[in-house]
Amino acid sequence: MKIENFQHKQSAHCESGVTLGLLQHYGIQLTEPLIFGIGAGYFFGHLPFVKVSGVPGTTFRIWPGYIFKRVCKELGVKMKVEHFTNEQKGMQALDAALQAGRPVGMQTSVFYLSYFPPAYRFHFNGHNLIAYGKEGDEYLISDPVMETVTRLSAADLEKARFAKGFPAPNGRLYYLVLTKPGFDLPNAIRRGIKKTCWFMLSSPPPFFGIHGIWFLGRKIKKYPEKLEPRRAALFIGNIIRMQEEIGTGGGGFRFLYAAFLQEAAQHLNNPALLEASNEMTLIGDAWRNFAFAAARVMKDRSGNLASYDELGEMLIQLSDREKKFFTHLKTLV
Amino acid sequence: MKKEEVPHDKKIIHGEDNSLVKVLYVTDQQGKYETTQYEGWEAENLAMSQAWEDIDNRIAQTREKVIRGELSPIAYFMEKNLMDLPTLASYMGGWKFFVKKHLTPSGFKKLNASKLKKYAAIFNIPVEELTHFKG
Repeated sequence: MKIENFQHKQSAHCESGVTLGLLQHYGIQLTEPLIFGIGAGYFFGHLPFVKVSGVPGTTFRIWPGYIFKRVCKELGVKMKVEHFTNEQKGMQALDAALQAGRPVGMQTSVFYLSYFPPAYRFHFNGHNLIAYGKEGDEYLISDPVMETVTRLSAADLEKARFAKGFPAPNGRLYYLVLTKPGFDLPNAIRRGIKKTCWFMLSSPPPFFGIHGIWFLGRKIKKYPEKLEPRRAALFIGNIIRMQEEIGTGGGGFRFLYAAFLQEAAQHLNNPALLEASNEMTLIGDAWRNFAFAAARVMKDRSGNLASYDELGEMLIQLSDREKKFFTHLKTLV
Repeated sequence: MKKEEVPHDKKIIHGEDNSLVKVLYVTDQQGKYETTQYEGWEAENLAMSQAWEDIDNRIAQTREKVIRGELSPIAYFMEKNLMDLPTLASYMGGWKFFVKKHLTPSGFKKLNASKLKKYAAIFNIPVEELTHFKG
C-alpha cells in the first residue's frame, strides 16, 4: 500500500520537517520556520551528568516530541501519540494507521537507518521520520533531512523504533486524526515566542536556557585542568556536532529562528520583529564563529589553557547576548 | 549567514565520501531568509572525523585486549556497535553489574546458551563469532 498524494519536502530539522509533512498532507500549509517557532523548538541545555559514550550531552533544541505536540495543540489539530513495549504491537499499529491512509511520524535511532551515510550512524535516538506506505517487506520513508524519499526494511525500522539508550523511543509513533479549518495563526506565533522566551530566560538554572550557555562556558574554561587533552577535544567536538551536524539549519537552530522571526514580522505586522530577526542572525553568526574557533582548538589538541579560556568566554558572551535578546523579544509580543 | 558564505566542504571519513546534502537557512542580498543546500563544513567535518578516530581507537584497543585474554568478545562487539555499558545493559534488559561481568573472560565463560544468543542478536552476528573470536 502507498499513500499516493503524500508529498516529500526536505527540511533542516527532522521534527519540524515531520510536522510540516504531516500537516501539509491534511491541507495545512505552513513553513518550517513557522512550525519551529510556534512549536517553541529553540532551546539550550547542557547536562554534564547525562553522558553518551562518556561525553556530556548538549542540546540546542527542546526535547523530542514537544514541537509536534505543541503545534498540533496551537492549531487545534487532533493527533494521536502512542508508545509500545511490545515490538510486534508497535509494528502492527504502524501498519494499521498506514492501511487507514494516514502517514505516520515516528521517533527512531539513526544507528539503524541504513540510508544514511555510514559515518552519520551513531546511537542518536531522537530522530524523526515519516512512513507513507509499505511495499512487501519494505516501508516507504519520507525522512525530512534527506533530499528524496527512501525505503527501509521492516527489520531495520523495528530496530530503529525500539532502540535502547537515551532517549529511548519506545516505538513512539504519531499521526493526525482530525484537523479543524481555520486557526488563529498570529496568536499561535505570539504564544510560541512567549514560550521560547520563558524557556530561555526562566528555566531553572544552571542547566538550561541562557544559564545553560553560561554554565557550559564556565565548564569549558576548566576543561584543560580537569581533562586530558584528548577528552577535552572530544567534549568540544560533541558541542560542534550538536550545533551543526544533523538538521539544525546552521548555528544551532539560530538561523532557523531568525527566519521564523522574519515571517512572524509579516504575520503580526510588526516591524520590530524584523530587527529582532537581524539580531538573531548575528547571534547565529556568533555561534558559527564559536564552532569554527572550537574546531581549531580541537585540531590543535595541545590543551592550551588560553584557547579554552577564549572559547568559554565566547559562550559567556553569547549567554549575555541571548539574555538581552529574549528580554527584549518578550516585550515585543 | 549570507548565502555566498555557505561552505561546501565534502565530508571525507574513513577515506570515503560521507557527505549528506542538508538544508541551511541563509539570507539573500536583501537580508531575506531562504534555504540552500550544502554538503558539509570544515568545522563539523573535523568534529565528526575526530569522534570516529576515537571510536576506531577504542575498537582496536579492545580487540587487542580480547586477543590477550583481558576482556571478552562481548566487550569488543559492544565497542564495535558504538555502545557503552548502560546502553548494552538496557538492550539486555538487565543491570549494568551483570553485563560488566560478561565483559570479563571469566564472566563470559559462565554465560549460558540463551544469554549468548541474546548478545549475538543485539550485535547482529551469529553466536559463533562470540564463542570463536576471530577479531
